Amino acid sequence: MSAAVSVARPAGGAGPRRSRSGRGQRPAWMGEPSKLGIGARGLVLGVGCLAVVVPFWAVLMTSMASPEEISSAGGFVLWTREPTLDAYRAVLSGGIVTRALMVSAGITALGTALSLVATIALAYALSRPGSLLHKPILLMTVFTLLFNPGIIPMYLTVKQLGLLDNYLALILPVLVNAFNVIVMRAFFLEIPSELVESAFMDGAGEVRILLRIVLPLSKAVVTVIGLFYAVAYWNAFFSAMLYLQSPEKWPLQLVLRTYVVNNTPIGSDQLSSNLENLPPQISVQMAILVISILPILLIYPFIQKHFAKGLMVGAVKG
Amino acid sequence: MHSLRNRWRRDRVLLLLALPGVTALLLFHYLPLGGNIIAFQDFQPFLGIWHSPYVGLDNFEPVLTGDPVFLNALVNTLIITLIQVVFVFPLPICLALVLNATISERLKRLTQSILYMPHFLSWVIVVALFQQMFGNGGMLNGWLRSADLSTFHIVGVPELFKLMITSQVIWKDTGWSTIIFLAALSRVDPAQMEAAVVDGASAVRRLWHVTLPSIRPVIVLLLILRLGDSLSVGFEQIILQQAQVGAGASEVLDTYVYNHGIVGGDWGTAAAVGLIKGIVGVALVLGANRAAHALGEQGVYAK
Repeated sequence: MSAAVSVARPAGGAGPRRSRSGRGQRPAWMGEPSKLGIGARGLVLGVGCLAVVVPFWAVLMTSMASPEEISSAGGFVLWTREPTLDAYRAVLSGGIVTRALMVSAGITALGTALSLVATIALAYALSRPGSLLHKPILLMTVFTLLFNPGIIPMYLTVKQLGLLDNYLALILPVLVNAFNVIVMRAFFLEIPSELVESAFMDGAGEVRILLRIVLPLSKAVVTVIGLFYAVAYWNAFFSAMLYLQSPEKWPLQLVLRTYVVNNTPIGSDQLSSNLENLPPQISVQMAILVISILPILLIYPFIQKHFAKGLMVGAVKG
Repeated sequence: MHSLRNRWRRDRVLLLLALPGVTALLLFHYLPLGGNIIAFQDFQPFLGIWHSPYVGLDNFEPVLTGDPVFLNALVNTLIITLIQVVFVFPLPICLALVLNATISERLKRLTQSILYMPHFLSWVIVVALFQQMFGNGGMLNGWLRSADLSTFHIVGVPELFKLMITSQVIWKDTGWSTIIFLAALSRVDPAQMEAAVVDGASAVRRLWHVTLPSIRPVIVLLLILRLGDSLSVGFEQIILQQAQVGAGASEVLDTYVYNHGIVGGDWGTAAAVGLIKGIVGVALVLGANRAAHALGEQGVYAK
């Protein structure tokens, strides 16, 4: 994600709230917009939205079209009369795609959990100015935003640590994202210090305060950052290509690269043995594509909800 | 005053909490930095960093002598950066202005949801979708064929590769990048707007004299960050499509490093190029930030 977008305090105070009755109205002092202006804006947004929606639609429909429809359309189908799930059955009945799906799901689940724990813990430790080593650790974290170690030294490090061909190579190098730590820390800093102090008076320890006071107040930011991590793990392609040598360990993105982007024919031995006639190549490819997009589409509304609440507004660091 | 021991006793839990994150950053950000030492070695994987012989600046030879393969990668990188700064960078600003002028909250929210979406897809998916739409066997050509028109060869054509990756970047991230501009636009002072209207300023003048100046700090900030990334242009995106168009059109510095080092085993040269790229990148951010200060802007960090 862009380094400049950050989760800031809720944007409630940012602008004048419009009253309920006045919602969606132009400020009184402004004139009526011209017809031309409205038309031009509508066109821009309409074309933009269609450019996003049409490819998804075409992919979804083609994945469910019958072989006859595909051959008569000469490829893509925009509307299928009798949708069939044969391609999904072929892809999900064991074989390389099913396995890759499991691998991706596993890496995403484990990676997100580990990343969240490490990020929350570090962000909390950094949210207590004046503590021992607070400044050096903060600087050390921020500095990682400025440079990138480079592909070769990174590869050698992973190799030296004995992580090649190990799923941990997809998790540990990206375990903590400094940007996410900074964002979360900013959120923790907003929590009134009286709350934390009174808990100390009552004899609560740091961990207890983190779990009982800070985290419950930070559900929104934890959700958003967790989802960012999850999306990153699900989408990871290059690290898998770099660090995982054996094809049976491939996550979904590598299967996609090989069988969809590079158009390597996918046969019954890559799918499963008990299928007599395979659905057309293109519907199998589109089914793989749909399967890799679907989880993102499913969690997207949850991310959206937090944008809508105004939690994800750009904040300019000065 | 707290003695060190007292502070340790007080803060040890905090330090313990920081430990996993700090370890990860040390291992995978700081330790690899030291690995750049192989830029000065004739690195042999079986000898390792400790025992490979030092060769001075030999590995920097392709850079110093202007080796054509290296120059091609450098030129491609700079062209792609130029295209992206000139043509891609302003688009989210324009889109944000359009979205901001949309009155209906519902319509605005709906279009935003749709336009942000592609940002969350992986490059593999984006490249796959583009191929399926514009490839030789893709949807567009399928239609043209069924209408008995001549087909377009867009995917896999070296001459069109830069256009192709630019449209992919636009498709994937224009919507998402509007977020920060929209946030800035929501803070434009209504009183100034009102005053401009009272003074009889046209919509264009209001845009030029009120709206754009108030989002200028954000524009400058993002431009600096973009410039700092000049030498990193869409590595995953390009490596996915390199086989189709060849290295001539698609080799950039990152793919050069990957192809020479990890694929070709020329570790030293690859690390040398990677090291130069990293240093120039940091210098560019710092330099751009200085320039911003000189122009009276705040930049990434305050002076």
